[in-house]
Amino acid sequence: MYIYDDYDQKMVEERVAQYRDQTDRFLAGDLTDEEFLHLRLRNGLYIQRLAPMLRIAVPYGLLSVAQLRKLAHVTRHYDRGYAHFTTRQNLQLNWPKLEEVPDILAELASVQMHAIQTSGNCIRNVTSDQYAGVARDEIEDSRPWCELIRQWSTFHPEFNWLPRKFKIAVTGAREDRAAVQVHDIGIRLVEQDGEVGFEVLAGGGLGRTPVVGPVIKPYLEKKHLLTYLEAILRVYNRFGRRDNKFKARIKILVRAMTPEVFAAKVEEEWQSLKDGAATLTDEEIDRVRACFTEPTYESLGDDVPEYKAALNEDFAFKAWVSRNVAAHKKPGYAIATIAFKETGIAPGDVTDEQLEKIADLADKFSFGEVRVTHEQNVTLADVRKSDLYELWQELVRSDMASPNLGLLTDIICCPGGDYCSLANAKSIPVAEAIQRKFDDLDYLHDIGDLDINISGCMNACGHHHVGNIGILGVDKKGEEWYQVSVGGSQYNHTALAQILGPSFAREQVPQVVQNIVDTYLEARQGEEAFIDTFNRIGLKPFKDRVYA
Amino acid sequence: MPKIILDGNVTDSDFDVQYGSDLEADATNVLLPMKTWLEQADKLKGRNDIGIWLDADGEPEEIADHVNSFAVIGLNFPTFFDGRCLSTANILRRKYGYKGELRAIGDVRRDQLEQMRRCGINAFQLAEGQDADAATSSLTSFTVGYQATVDQPEPLFRRR
Ligand code: SF4
Repeated sequence: MYIYDDYDQKMVEERVAQYRDQTDRFLAGDLTDEEFLHLRLRNGLYIQRLAPMLRIAVPYGLLSVAQLRKLAHVTRHYDRGYAHFTTRQNLQLNWPKLEEVPDILAELASVQMHAIQTSGNCIRNVTSDQYAGVARDEIEDSRPWCELIRQWSTFHPEFNWLPRKFKIAVTGAREDRAAVQVHDIGIRLVEQDGEVGFEVLAGGGLGRTPVVGPVIKPYLEKKHLLTYLEAILRVYNRFGRRDNKFKARIKILVRAMTPEVFAAKVEEEWQSLKDGAATLTDEEIDRVRACFTEPTYESLGDDVPEYKAALNEDFAFKAWVSRNVAAHKKPGYAIATIAFKETGIAPGDVTDEQLEKIADLADKFSFGEVRVTHEQNVTLADVRKSDLYELWQELVRSDMASPNLGLLTDIICCPGGDYCSLANAKSIPVAEAIQRKFDDLDYLHDIGDLDINISGCMNACGHHHVGNIGILGVDKKGEEWYQVSVGGSQYNHTALAQILGPSFAREQVPQVVQNIVDTYLEARQGEEAFIDTFNRIGLKPFKDRVYA
Repeated sequence: MPKIILDGNVTDSDFDVQYGSDLEADATNVLLPMKTWLEQADKLKGRNDIGIWLDADGEPEEIADHVNSFAVIGLNFPTFFDGRCLSTANILRRKYGYKGELRAIGDVRRDQLEQMRRCGINAFQLAEGQDADAATSSLTSFTVGYQATVDQPEPLFRRR
């Protein structure tokens, strides 16, 4: 992973000092609430319903064991012993004390971490494919490009006060696991005439007005990445709406201008930057790439008898492997994902001890690194197949062996009304009620791939628009109701879910999900996944069943 | 005469900002709204005792041909969390090669100065109640940045 040099380190340290000064001035009454609000947001500190919430950046989801151990320490020492993985591959603390945040940041800086730009109307943490560098379907590793974007966007002086938050995602694989179509900017590594460059999308997003982002540049040479981004951001900073926060995202601007006109405007601005000093040099690309070289893989066969034997003998292990393990590009290796979706625990919640356990497991089995996924899980990307059984046994002992990755109970869920002051409704208890209703693992495996996404309000942090089943908390005359939609999907064929009809009370939601699942199971042909059945039969049968 | 921070020092400026759109017959040492100036451009062109200021939605393209005849250009920040003028500053300096004083006016507060400076703004007329000395020290709260900016056209990766 990327290792800071003196410059990188100096910047995070200067930021800690600056933020400490801002906090002191606020506590002394020298900064108004409003002024401090904007300043603390740029450091990931929200004041929530119950307490402050601090969002810590995990650049494109990558963590070292030293960082995991530090996070465990921070969680234990400054919070109540648990933290929360977010859908943006970040980590949130739910109960830090405002006056201790500068100390937390100083602790984080000691392991090359920070909370810079994790909220506020600025460029947020860049996200990527959790399988970057190890996936079989990869054109090129996206992580060096993510890191280059991270550096470019960190404290960019011109783009710190945008009309609205701004999210960039990058993927280097053929299958899009980074949801680039629903980001403010989506970047795909693509091949053209034997050269690899970027396809650039702009103006996608979820939230109140979900939009699949159009391509504004079909092919961009690599060296132009940063100048082209600068051109997009400048056009958005100047012309994005600021009069109405619900119309301030770049998707509204792109739509108002039309993608063609927007692209032309960016192109014009870019001409004044192209080939200038911000053009990437080969040396810089090589310098950053050198941080993401392959670990020292052993040369192994892909046929591993002891692994096969364990699969045959232990059904529970087999169930876990069938969901939580993915193919690795190297023979004899596998990608293993720990699902943090145990029933009764809020999706994405992790304890200090689990963080330490993950660190130990990563040390032992996966070259000392892990990745946080945008499904709020944790991936060990480089596990020898021959170690999988032992890894799984250790996970079982630590209550981290949920074999439900990608299944109905692997629910993506925002913090909702339990923690978030913007919420219309709670989301965590809804997730739990669904998990309780669907507690039969054989049945879940039979249902197969099915994403449920829950957001507590229109801000869509739970990405409900792209869930196969999306659940959105709405406010009806002060009461919490839930609008259910069906047929969304992520990945290569991003589609936005369609609203089923009038919303439901919380108690009704699990049964609604059951009715949707029943409709699917009855209509399914062969091995068809939920989303394929939906695409074949459409919304109506689901609607008829649910409102019968 | 307003107090401003100019190139890192607190000083009195000869130029004051005029917010109203009327043009007084004896106007001098004043920054006029861009619209007022453009309407009277024939009369005002070439007068270096008259400057101009742009609001956050003011398009610098409109004064592209005149930029270097101004001694002072003001950029108005309607609120401290409106960053449009940071892009305007970039365009004036980088595209049009503006060399004169570029002054932030309006809701100008110390925690934003360092970013403004990097975008090419070299003078600051602070909002009411801001402490000029404290603000001056915040100009250098960071000693290094990654990007190619107006104050440092070579990005860090070409220097590291
Ligand atoms: S979707 Fe709404 S309720 Fe949920 S975390 Fe985001 S802002 Fe809060």
